[in-house]
Amino acid sequence: MFWQKSMETMDREALRALQLKRLQWTVKRCYENVPFYRKRLDEAGIAPADIRSLEDLKYIPMTDKCDVRDQYPYGLFACPMKDIVRIQGSSGTTGKPTIVGYTRNDLNTWTDLVARLLTAVGVTSEDVAQVAFGYGLFTGAHGLHQALDRIGCAVIPVSSGNTQRQIMLMQDLGATVLIATPSYALYLAENMEKMGLKMGEDIKLRIGCFGGEATSDMMRDELHRRMGILATDNYGMSELIGPGVAGECVYQQGMHIQEDCFIAEIVDPNTLEPLPVGEVGELVVTPLFKEAMPILRYRTHDITRLDDTPCACGRTFVRMDKLHGRSDDMLVIRGVNVFPGQVETVIAKFPEIGPNYEIDVTRDGMLDKMEIRLELTDASLLEKYALLENLERRLSAQMHAILGLDAKIRLVEPFTLKRFEGKARRVNDMRNIYKK
Amino acid sequence: MVKQLSVFLENSKGRLASMTRALGDAGIDLLALSIADTTSFGILRAIVDDTDKAMAVLKEAGYTVNTTEVLAVLVPDSPGGLAGVLGLLNDAHVNVEYLYSFVRKAQGNALILFKVDRVSEAARVLHEAGIQMLDQPEIIAL
Repeated sequence: MFWQKSMETMDREALRALQLKRLQWTVKRCYENVPFYRKRLDEAGIAPADIRSLEDLKYIPMTDKCDVRDQYPYGLFACPMKDIVRIQGSSGTTGKPTIVGYTRNDLNTWTDLVARLLTAVGVTSEDVAQVAFGYGLFTGAHGLHQALDRIGCAVIPVSSGNTQRQIMLMQDLGATVLIATPSYALYLAENMEKMGLKMGEDIKLRIGCFGGEATSDMMRDELHRRMGILATDNYGMSELIGPGVAGECVYQQGMHIQEDCFIAEIVDPNTLEPLPVGEVGELVVTPLFKEAMPILRYRTHDITRLDDTPCACGRTFVRMDKLHGRSDDMLVIRGVNVFPGQVETVIAKFPEIGPNYEIDVTRDGMLDKMEIRLELTDASLLEKYALLENLERRLSAQMHAILGLDAKIRLVEPFTLKRFEGKARRVNDMRNIYKK
Repeated sequence: MVKQLSVFLENSKGRLASMTRALGDAGIDLLALSIADTTSFGILRAIVDDTDKAMAVLKEAGYTVNTTEVLAVLVPDSPGGLAGVLGLLNDAHVNVEYLYSFVRKAQGNALILFKVDRVSEAARVLHEAGIQMLDQPEIIAL
């Protein structure tokens, strides 16, 4: 099924012509309205008129997450605030969120992009859709909500958490579509099994649209097996628009990138040179329609591979693999982006502990657990347990404030954590969430 | 008064063994010790025959270690003996943070180590009440 068939099945030649036209519009918009981009492009010796073919894209400097952070909050906006109708964001790297904005047209396009992904996996106006993403600044919940609404589903905006209530509503209201992170969906499945609920009878779910974090094929198979649903994966990030960048069709041979609205490149994460289709590398994306916050060649730091062989569904858009990993040290824990640098900023405020740390991420049942190990160096705290416990509590509260999620603090003896020469590998991610 | 060592230990396999081995290898004798733990870490308190050397050895080995003064009190080894001592401290508004006992008896009494908040005041009160306390050389000589 298609939502905007003419776009989704457009002939490749016509698609490339459309991409070029929209790229030229985007570069011009950036150059004329955003001082940051004007400076970047001037420094690179590129004027908007120099973009004559899609091959010229490679001359445009890339934008990275630190640029978005440096321009906080509105520095990358390309239109006056009177044209902005929505602000969203994601957890940033330094305690301040990454802020993104939308014009009325942006919201409209975004909604259609997500509606396409939902339609591609079989969601229709007959469906009752439960949104178990957390509402708020996070683009996931609103992005899906708007599109489900546009399709005509009965939308249940439960938001995240409160698993018992979540399951009760799913059962009582007869939800057929579940929007959640894949790890939360597995957690729900586990609880439904414990409650003795029968899939297909007590629970009517038929489709799961999962996003917000990476999933492996193994996880998808388990979701399918335990919930008896079509478990589908989609991809997006707030800087690019939110959800709606790419998603699976029913054939599940990778996620179709919505190329009328995005140009996807794969680059070598070390040299940043573009790689040919089929090679594994870092995904770099240029949205082609954004008015409020255009962004040029955005480094996603997600490692994947593109596949341009034809798909049985009829879409002409290339597909990207499930994520193979990250080119930086970002972790996604319960849908929240976590950077080790955030942990460092907290540690720096505590003279009682040393500068070394290790982060262990595990999956306890179906939920992610994060433990931060820190070396106690202040011997004066050994006078009383209460002093050590107080230190743990203060560390925990600060971590929560900066990371936006609970982390268990574990004090360890000095010199017991790994020491590193050169680039530190301080994260032990034991979840196996990436593509196998 | 007696100097006590406090050592931070992780609550994981082999940590206590390697710490005590470090002391043993340096020829340091453990005279009394107590460990309390939470789920993730513990603090070992110990009285040793050479506190300064033990500090140096453990610091060298990378442990977080501290010393603090405690009272080594001779408590009558009979029912109500400890209650009497605690009653005196309580009356003087001295808080006992923790206590632990020596393995060996001293002069027919139980020897108990007290960590209190106001150590001089506690020593004075007990002394006035005729309760004997030992100092470091006396403990080592036991």
